[in-house]
Amino acid sequence: MLYIKCPHCGWRSQNEFSYGGDATVKRPKLGKEVTDQEWDDFVYNRKSLRGKHWELWQHLSGCRQWIKVERDTATHEIFKTLKASEEIS
Amino acid sequence: MTQSFRLENVGLINRNKKLSFKFNGKVYYGYEGDTLASALIANGVHLVGRSFKYHRPRGFFGAGVDEPYAIVQLYRNGETEPNIKATEQELFEGLEATSVNCWPSVNFDIGAINNFLKIFLPAGFYYKTFMWPKSFWFKVYEPFIRKAAGLGVASTKHDKERYEHKYEYCDLLITGSGPSGLASAYAAAKNGARVILAEDKSRFGGTLLTSEVNIGNQSGKEWAESLISELKEMPNVTVKNRSQVFGYYDHNMLVMSERISDHLPKTKKFHPKQRLWYIRAKEVLISSGSIERPIVFGNNDTPGVMLSSAAKEYLKVYGVLVGKNPLIFTNNDSGYETAIEFQKNGVNPIILDTRKDPKSEIVDEAKNLGINIKFSYVVVAAQGYKKVKSADIAKISEDKEQLGAIENIKCDCICVSGFWTPTIHLASQSGNKTKFKEDIDAFVPGTSKQNETTLGAANGTYTLEETLKNSFEAGYKLSKEITKNDNKISFPNVIEKKSTVHDKFWCVPLPKGKNYKRFLDFQNDVAVSDIEIALKEGYRSIEHVKRYTTLGMATDQGKTSNLNGLQLVSKIENKVVPAVGHTTFRPPYTPVSIGAIVGREVGKHSKPTRKSPMHSWHEKNNAVFVDAGVWLRPRYYKQGNESLFEGSKREAKNVRTNVGVCDVTTLGKIDIKGPDAAELLNRVYTNAWLKLPVGKARYGVMLREDGIVMDDGTTTRISENHYHMTTTTAQAANVLSHLEYYLQLVWPELNVNVVSTTEQWAGAAIAGPKSRELLQKLFPKSDVSNEGLPFMGYMEGDLFGVKARIFRISFSGELAYEVNVESDNGYFMWEKIMEVGQEFKIQPYGTEALSTLRIEMGHVAGSELDGRTIPYDNSLEGLLSKKKDFIGKRSLNRKAFTAEDRQKVVGVVPLDKKTSIPEGSHLVKDSNAPLPNPKLGYISASCWSVEYDNPFSLAIVKDGKNMIGKKLFVMSPLKNKVIPVEIVSSHYVDPKGERVRS
Repeated sequence: MLYIKCPHCGWRSQNEFSYGGDATVKRPKLGKEVTDQEWDDFVYNRKSLRGKHWELWQHLSGCRQWIKVERDTATHEIFKTLKASEEIS
Repeated sequence: MTQSFRLENVGLINRNKKLSFKFNGKVYYGYEGDTLASALIANGVHLVGRSFKYHRPRGFFGAGVDEPYAIVQLYRNGETEPNIKATEQELFEGLEATSVNCWPSVNFDIGAINNFLKIFLPAGFYYKTFMWPKSFWFKVYEPFIRKAAGLGVASTKHDKERYEHKYEYCDLLITGSGPSGLASAYAAAKNGARVILAEDKSRFGGTLLTSEVNIGNQSGKEWAESLISELKEMPNVTVKNRSQVFGYYDHNMLVMSERISDHLPKTKKFHPKQRLWYIRAKEVLISSGSIERPIVFGNNDTPGVMLSSAAKEYLKVYGVLVGKNPLIFTNNDSGYETAIEFQKNGVNPIILDTRKDPKSEIVDEAKNLGINIKFSYVVVAAQGYKKVKSADIAKISEDKEQLGAIENIKCDCICVSGFWTPTIHLASQSGNKTKFKEDIDAFVPGTSKQNETTLGAANGTYTLEETLKNSFEAGYKLSKEITKNDNKISFPNVIEKKSTVHDKFWCVPLPKGKNYKRFLDFQNDVAVSDIEIALKEGYRSIEHVKRYTTLGMATDQGKTSNLNGLQLVSKIENKVVPAVGHTTFRPPYTPVSIGAIVGREVGKHSKPTRKSPMHSWHEKNNAVFVDAGVWLRPRYYKQGNESLFEGSKREAKNVRTNVGVCDVTTLGKIDIKGPDAAELLNRVYTNAWLKLPVGKARYGVMLREDGIVMDDGTTTRISENHYHMTTTTAQAANVLSHLEYYLQLVWPELNVNVVSTTEQWAGAAIAGPKSRELLQKLFPKSDVSNEGLPFMGYMEGDLFGVKARIFRISFSGELAYEVNVESDNGYFMWEKIMEVGQEFKIQPYGTEALSTLRIEMGHVAGSELDGRTIPYDNSLEGLLSKKKDFIGKRSLNRKAFTAEDRQKVVGVVPLDKKTSIPEGSHLVKDSNAPLPNPKLGYISASCWSVEYDNPFSLAIVKDGKNMIGKKLFVMSPLKNKVIPVEIVSSHYVDPKGERVRS
């Protein structure tokens, strides 16, 4: 079970969180014209990376905040966690 | 039966407490502190089972966790448990056990015929033989193999025992209480660290209990005891026996199973049987020791052949002789220690040492005691069927290839020592890449992957002094880093006998003309010849060899067999052992009972149960409950002997003619506040929300980004910046997360707060033509007329002194209202509604009637909004705003979603107006068409229309909009039904929606 440092609450076990997918995907602005390709990339197309990956988790059984977590998908090593408001650097 | 193999005055058992137990129906006696194994051996019982494949007789091989043979079916307090190792099961009064793997009895086993057919049962036999004909596999081969090859029998009864889970955090977790575990635990504890020390056995001390050493002027055993009693008193230390750390998972999470009651005849009241610990440790010290390795020779599986360390443990811990005429077969000094113990207790052993002329303190001691030692000698084969009777021995040449003349010597046990294999399972599970250590011919942990340190014999360190030094140092250093304390304890003086190098000899060659089975894996009957066949047939990877031959599988997971298997593969392949590598070590290290894994989450407790504030009223009024997610909801209120069908029909009918009340507390409720609340709703819902006036409710549908309907419900504007959203019962949690996602990540600029208020409000839906009259009596001061409270209106009211929210919304399609009060007042509200409603012939209705009402009205719900449908499919396309963007809108342009013949919800009525239509049935054009019959759609929900008194269903059908009036067939192969039906509008009752506005 992973051990995730919530930027708001501190270290917590994985079972308090739920997974939310790729954190680098940006939703097109409302009302903006987008091509089918752009929309498909936003909704469906994801890389199945091996290695470092920024992903979203929600601290569901805690502060309910969505957070960003940089995790190695092969080793589960977690390098960094950020608040929702913080930009991935 | 007498305990004729029990010594006087030796051992750690409690001779003041005699215990009786039964094995295979026979009564025996042992002592408190015995294991089932030690007690059986004390009684001279060595035949305990039959082997997996050949059904050869099986005795005892080890004295603990590594035991491959002595697996029994245990009976305890009316329960039975399979595959218990007799070497681990502590004896208790009244224990009962039977052999597994034998039929009709352990002494006469029909399956043993396999032993004579063994030439036909080589490696991969099952794969080769039972492949053809294919149809025979399930009917003939598999049941036969299962019966013949199975281990114990699982109980089919509900397990009455309780199992618990515990979450724990510590600075240092130390696995094993042998010399290294004790030393590191002590050093760390004295330095202020929070320590958990886990010992698998009932006694602490590991090898210190059986070895002749001196630490700080005490015997090893006394030193262990004094440390343990001091550790137990320390507030920062948790000491646990009967606790196996069996798995090392990510981020230094380890799992330990504590056997709290397995050693007792009966679990004490309020105690669990076992407890599973999830331990998050800052540092892990693996001090799991090592397991003695067998030497491979002919018939080396005969009962009476066992590990020399086990023989020593039976003698020193349990005061039990494994034989009275022992033969010790060794390639190192450890065998001598066992021989010396025999000699000291008046039993004269013979030592066969594969080495030519070893020189060490231990060897000298054996010589001085006058023990008969034969150097450069090996056991060629054990003789005897159900117990060793003698051994064929021979001199062996220096190159270990040639055997001298075979001699036969009498003996009743053969104690084997082929040196030691470090127990590296936990280190390997942590991700540590192991490395091969030449001088001990075994793998040890390499560079640490997580925060783990392996110490002592588990790390290939076999001298006590070095082990203690390293462990004290590790305990001190690691604790210092965590606690910042610097309290170093002094290192005790250690006296141990020096030993010399072992002989890298592990397999006795076959003498000419003999074809003895030489076993590598004792639990799975994998012999040298099986590995040879696997390699001949082209299996190269050790993982493939394992799977083809089953080497290292089953309940012991090859604890005694793996390394010898590797030695053999590397020898045949002419590779060095590290080039062959080892198979992956996976948790659990030892079998863990399913009960412990499941814990308290059994049956009703597998999920939480939520009850509405009115639950006790429903119970008192004969409600039959149904699970709705985690909620319990009344399905119908049973009157007399009424069936569900009759009861729900009565309740639905009463709503259509008088008035009914339904507990709708379970609906998800989300409180939304902030100046941008309307903007949020406008983006989340498909319809327009910016102009909803205060005091009005609106129905909305929300989509996922892929255009699929996520949920629906009404949201009411309570005040300027305050909204009350309702969701379906099932989607409540997801919708909240969904809103939080957009507010926190996508549109953080929106100034809105959302919070779940599902449990803060109790809800009652009052529906039916007489609902307004009832409402007026409930709220005499409020104007609830059609003008005062129009359809989709909202007001606050005073319900006999209780503040209430009144919504004029309808799920039943009737004139209806929903009243919410704070949860604490829910019961009061419900009683008042029932009391005042008497004169209007009010009846409560459950979820079944609720479904009936919504289905015949054509209101879509969970069975249509099933995560596969878009608004059009549910005839909700009228709610799609063209003027604004919303979540998922762009996806609705997808080709499939705009197809001309897109599926759509319709109504279905059987032509005979009698036959009920099973939910999930398929709709086809021609019921006699050849398979696969093209499917036009499926039945999503069925009811008995109370309005028309005939069956009615909703279906999602391809090209639904052009299907109205068509005649199709409903087919349910599961229920074996073919029903001719007519497709009608989904709005079967009141298609214009006049009633809700009346």
